[in-house]
Amino acid sequence: MTVVRLPSPLYAYTNGKAEVMAAGETLTEILVDLDRRFPGLRFRVVDEQDRIRPTILFHLNGRVVRDLGERVDPKDEVQIVAALSGG
Amino acid sequence: MGRMKSPKILLLVGTRKGAFLYHGDVSRKRWRVDGPHLLGQIVYHLIQDPRDGHTLLMAAKTGHLGPTVFRSSDLGRTWKEAAHPPQFPKGGAESVKNVFWLTPGHASRPGEWYAGTAPHAIFRTTDGGVTWEGIRGFNEHPQRAKWKGPPENSPPDDPNTHSIIVDPRDPDHLYAGFSSGGVFESTDGGADWRPLNKGLAADFIPQKDPEYGHDPHCMRICPGRPDRLYQQNHCGIYRIDRPSDRWTRIGRAMPKEIGDIGFPMVLHPRDPDTAWVFPMDGSEAWPRVSPGGRPAAYVTRDGGKSWKRQDRGFPRKDAWWTVKRQAFTADPGRPVGLYLGTTSGAVWSSLDEGARWRLLAEHLPSITSVETGWRG
Repeated sequence: MTVVRLPSPLYAYTNGKAEVMAAGETLTEILVDLDRRFPGLRFRVVDEQDRIRPTILFHLNGRVVRDLGERVDPKDEVQIVAALSGG
Repeated sequence: MGRMKSPKILLLVGTRKGAFLYHGDVSRKRWRVDGPHLLGQIVYHLIQDPRDGHTLLMAAKTGHLGPTVFRSSDLGRTWKEAAHPPQFPKGGAESVKNVFWLTPGHASRPGEWYAGTAPHAIFRTTDGGVTWEGIRGFNEHPQRAKWKGPPENSPPDDPNTHSIIVDPRDPDHLYAGFSSGGVFESTDGGADWRPLNKGLAADFIPQKDPEYGHDPHCMRICPGRPDRLYQQNHCGIYRIDRPSDRWTRIGRAMPKEIGDIGFPMVLHPRDPDTAWVFPMDGSEAWPRVSPGGRPAAYVTRDGGKSWKRQDRGFPRKDAWWTVKRQAFTADPGRPVGLYLGTTSGAVWSSLDEGARWRLLAEHLPSITSVETGWRG
């Protein structure tokens, strides 16, 4: 299981949890697992064509990752960052 | 609503930062606010199901997250997200950016709703908003790419599908408006669509009398005469009486210094000759504010032959707000009550069909939609 840190706009899906554990060997699998347990979460950060939404960034051990096929190790740390424009 | 003896009006207000419900008493003068609901969500549209009176559907997204639809089956006490919000089939190039418009389906089809999105597409649910599927007859129409034109033709904050209308006499007779693209009609439940733009000006594109490429802002069907539709367009105010396929520009009768540009269009629930608009400044830079900073509605009582200014109660000057296309509506009362929400976060109401306006609420976030519902 890999630790996934979430931005506050996603807390509504995780009962307020900022950090959850997820299973998977890639970011794609991690998201499938998250969506199974927290329905609707995936579609709000990844669109129907499996593209990361423009205002979302995935960090893997602090490094920005744009390919959801990137391999993830249980020791890794995934952080999802949501950018919000002003106003 | 006609079945209710003394219904109380429920005002559903969507804003850029959540939704607010205003519960009115029978006099429509006292209101209790309930909200915010889903604080922080950009609420594009919030509608009560007229067939059951307790279901609300909300088209929303936040600034950071993807678009979705929320559903309440208890008049807003609890909300649940759609299990399968509007989205294009996997494997294509397109993804839904906003769910912009919601329309309840025909009275004979409980649970059916339509949603209009950016980019231009129409989605339908038959289970009350839990799961949504694309209307393939439009979304995959071979002419659709031409109808919507190149991305450069679209407004920078997304080309929106709106004004989805179900003919109250025929659940398979549909209209929709696309900005830009024009008005389109289907007579087979959405399996096929054709442009319905004859008579509409489109002076922002080089083609003369194009078949499509127009910019309707808001289109409404007359409840009392469904062969009649009114439209506030980027290029004027229009009316059509079916089976004619040609729109007539009725905004020419507006005062020249005001013009006939605007976004919302509101119709009387019973009188097909009465309609309201809320003009905006469409001059050079398209500021889209009340002309001269002096807000006013305009009403026609003769199908658009003449218009009368209705500004009593509004600020007399220095008011530069805008009323968006979903943010002006009517209730079915006698006399009709009118309600509008402003980009400056105020809700105004009139209990005498626009003769006098009073402030119903203020200090809200910028208002995106105002609709009326009811509670027993």
